[in-house]
Amino acid sequence: MTAAASPGALPFHAPYIDYHALAPEIVLSTVVVVVLVLDLLVDETRKYLVTQLAGLGVVASAVPLLSLAARHGTHSWSMFGGAYVVDNFSLVLKALFIFTGYIVLLMSTNYIEEGDYYEGEFSFLVLSSLLGMVVMASARDLITIFVALELLSIPAYMLAGWRKRDLRSNEAALKYYLLGVLATAVMLYGMSLIFGFTGTTVLSQIGAQIAGSAGSHPIVTVGIFFIVVGFAFKVSAVPFHFWAPDVYEGAPTPVTAFLSVASKTGGFVALFQLIFVGFYGRYDVYGPLFWVLAALTMTVGNLVALRQTNIVRMLAYSSIGQAGYILVPFAVAGTNARAAHSSQTASIVYLLIYAAMNLGAFAIVIAVARRTRSGDIASYSGLFTYAPGLTVVMTIFLFSLAGVPPLGGWFAKFYVFRAVADAGTAWAWVLGVLVAVNSVIALFYYAGVARQMWMNPAPDGDRRPLRVPPPLAAALGLCALVVMAIGVYPQAFARMGDVASLLR
Amino acid sequence: MLLNEFLFLGALLFCTGVYGVLARKNGVLVLMSVELILNAVNINLIAFGAFRDTIAGQVFALFVIAIAAAEVGVGLAIVLLIYRNRRSIDLTDVDLMKG
Repeated sequence: MTAAASPGALPFHAPYIDYHALAPEIVLSTVVVVVLVLDLLVDETRKYLVTQLAGLGVVASAVPLLSLAARHGTHSWSMFGGAYVVDNFSLVLKALFIFTGYIVLLMSTNYIEEGDYYEGEFSFLVLSSLLGMVVMASARDLITIFVALELLSIPAYMLAGWRKRDLRSNEAALKYYLLGVLATAVMLYGMSLIFGFTGTTVLSQIGAQIAGSAGSHPIVTVGIFFIVVGFAFKVSAVPFHFWAPDVYEGAPTPVTAFLSVASKTGGFVALFQLIFVGFYGRYDVYGPLFWVLAALTMTVGNLVALRQTNIVRMLAYSSIGQAGYILVPFAVAGTNARAAHSSQTASIVYLLIYAAMNLGAFAIVIAVARRTRSGDIASYSGLFTYAPGLTVVMTIFLFSLAGVPPLGGWFAKFYVFRAVADAGTAWAWVLGVLVAVNSVIALFYYAGVARQMWMNPAPDGDRRPLRVPPPLAAALGLCALVVMAIGVYPQAFARMGDVASLLR
Repeated sequence: MLLNEFLFLGALLFCTGVYGVLARKNGVLVLMSVELILNAVNINLIAFGAFRDTIAGQVFALFVIAIAAAEVGVGLAIVLLIYRNRRSIDLTDVDLMKG
């Protein structure tokens, strides 16, 4: 390409592109296209090939991640004038997204096949959304963040309404869509104000400009407020959470797992980059905002979860509560340099562990619903008598979510407490106390499900063993393995959180 | 140059759009209200871009326009789905799940 010869035109400089650093995205985009085309070519009885290819493609996109991690140490690739950065942070989170995507494909294989829904398009949409998340982990620019957010959200709207003739699924899609686009629009309005004040869309330049005293302009305050509110919808923080339980209940269960883990993590990743690279100097704005969001989110999430009778709604409110714990480190990030570092580690470690345990819990819900055809917590009674393996694994996930010591979830909470202790202010300690109180409240409803499974008799004395299809069993096994591995050897995950620092 | 006038128009459109999303009961009108917010964003971006003398504002606005089109496509499909199953696009009727 050459520059146009007209007098006012700027000369064209080809941007620096490192194809090795972009390899995960390139592999994923190729797989997305191949899956879409292959779905047209194979006949109805062999659609499972498309799903298998999608799974293989996701695994293939993890290979360049490993080679990048091995090559790189502390080096990072910055492309397109700092708008797209591949560094340790993005590698760790891309790995998390790809893991999540693979588990969701495993979980949905039989669900979608047996439900008489469109299989090929399902994989296509999951992969597109996954591509958006992988891009999000590298996006250090307002435009790139916006494009990545839409790429991960738009397929998710369609996935929520996958059961076309089911009114609940329709309703889930409509609610998710309307609140999603409203949140995006509000966030964009905030971005336009930030762009107007700084004259640039690259986060590192925005950070440099608003760090000084000039950055305390009200327009920056309003801009940050709108952007954080927009993403608060995405991560279902209270008071912007009301869509989440309805959408989670109405959407097909594998999609619910995808939304509650991957889509939420996508929102958190964007917040990470915006706060730690862009707005870090304006702790006076985002500190109190996140404090209120975190305190409300974990308290309301856990209290409302107590009185749920449907397991998916309970997990929805539990995941709202978990989002509150992940928001705590954001609220204390700006107090001092030590707290900034440990709060980043805390949030990243929490996201990694949350993904494994929450996906695992949803995999159990899918496995049990194959037999009981019901989402009531009461339908879990006597699970131990006919599915002892599932019961043990579900108990591990539930107690890990509750944060009981030898399991991964405890370790995640420990890191949140460490961030609070490093901040050391009175407000931070109040938040720490709230986390502790909420962990106790949460134990009640998690233990309630465990009691149903272990203590109560099976309904109708039906004790035929429960058959779990191999892909679902593999997903369960992977999640259980990660949750246990973190409990036994937490240093490995702490290291991932430590190297993934965004602060220079 | 005139900056405040454009920003005022943008803010006005933004408020109208948010009001429309919250108050309207008809699915298609809610979608139109979301479009109003996005156009408020576009006006802001282009006004700021001209004010700061940078092309980035217009580029951002182009991305917003293109992606908003894709978004509305999905939105209309979902509203159509609701209409096929219920013969109505009144959003107050869509309340099977509560609590």
